[in-house]
Amino acid sequence: MQEEPEQFTFDFLTETAEIVRGSNDELKIKLGEFAGPLDLLLYLIRQEQANIFDIPIAKITDEYLKYVRLMKRLDIAIAADFIVMAAQLIEIKSKMLLPRDPSVEEDEEIEDPRQELVDRLLEYEKYKSAAEMLYEKTTVEQAVFPRGKIESDEHNAEISATVFDLITIFQKIVARQKDEIQMEIHREEISLADMIKSLRKRIFDAGELSVLDFFEEMHNRRELVTAFIAVLEIVRTESVKLVQKSTFGDIVLRKVEAKA
Amino acid sequence: MSETATEIKETSPEKVARSTGELVALVEALIFVSDEPITVRTLVEIIDDDRESIEAAVEALREEYDGRESGLQIREIAGGWQIATRTELHETVRKFLKTRPSAKLSLASLETLAVIAYKQPVTVPEILEIRGVQSASAIKTLLEKRLIVTKGHKETVGRPMQYGTSKEFLIQFGLKDLSELPSIEDFEDLVN
Repeated sequence: MQEEPEQFTFDFLTETAEIVRGSNDELKIKLGEFAGPLDLLLYLIRQEQANIFDIPIAKITDEYLKYVRLMKRLDIAIAADFIVMAAQLIEIKSKMLLPRDPSVEEDEEIEDPRQELVDRLLEYEKYKSAAEMLYEKTTVEQAVFPRGKIESDEHNAEISATVFDLITIFQKIVARQKDEIQMEIHREEISLADMIKSLRKRIFDAGELSVLDFFEEMHNRRELVTAFIAVLEIVRTESVKLVQKSTFGDIVLRKVEAKA
Repeated sequence: MSETATEIKETSPEKVARSTGELVALVEALIFVSDEPITVRTLVEIIDDDRESIEAAVEALREEYDGRESGLQIREIAGGWQIATRTELHETVRKFLKTRPSAKLSLASLETLAVIAYKQPVTVPEILEIRGVQSASAIKTLLEKRLIVTKGHKETVGRPMQYGTSKEFLIQFGLKDLSELPSIEDFEDLVN
């Protein structure tokens, strides 16, 4: 019989497996490919050509820890989730080393400490395959081109803005506000009711109002927050809608014309 | 106000029986000018004919394009119909448009998207459970690309936000609707 390569054999006592090869740079690229601890584990199991239903836990744990240590050495920020998985692996490994409880009957089923991990790996692998399928689909789809835009598309391109867009704009302004050095110290109070009143007047007078312009007029954080709530309130209670002309573009508050 | 609505209906012209050829031509024109995939419902509304005839016209149109090996195709996507270039011609089309395939999603984003597509509506902790890794930045990317949308809060401890895929997702991945995704159980057979 042919001698099997070392990586096929498995021994709790030896630590011979060495899958970390090549220059550091090469590894850096490889490490970046793992989408998470489960992904890394699957890779290691496959590397060992081990059966997923009978994972050589000690060996895989060692390999896993080697990777995590290597990531540390290469100064790759290690996600906390990788450390959590390392702890779980060590726990499973230690459970497996414990002798069988003698009080348990011989034929009684003892749950394999690896079972939960196996279930998770199998579940994860399904979604990993689904992700690959999505990748293929989008690649194919990028080879298909719908007709080019015609002029009227641009005029009608009203994408309804979501709360998410609104918050993005709000954050932009808050960030800008932060940079400004405030000289005045006196505190101005403007109530939400006043803010809504003035906002309503401006929208109904002009027909529409840029949210960005409106927020920029505010002098401090307090006013900004009041203005933001006023915008939310007016969209909820009045016949005013939020319109965004392009992705990540400005959002406009527009008066809804009463239908005849 | 309700009176005017009925008036409009009454004054609408008597339905003229159109030939299949006419219907196919109308359907073709509307699919061509529509910016987004146009639904059969809209076609029925605009052309003002019965649904069965419109569906037959769309089918006839598609077969016509396929039959003469046109450079264009009539395709069903995101619940509507669209006219687009044929996949095989992408190299030449790209050469003209001077575009490259747009930036691909990262592995982490694709995985997160896969979990959301199959488990929607799904919360962040539920995604973490499957992926074993935090997905916050992937979710942010997917939201920015409008591939996913928020689907309200889950009525459980902490009322976490739920996510689902958007119409843009169907468009970018060339799907008619979500049922066109292969069943997640099919991947199980593939794995084992």
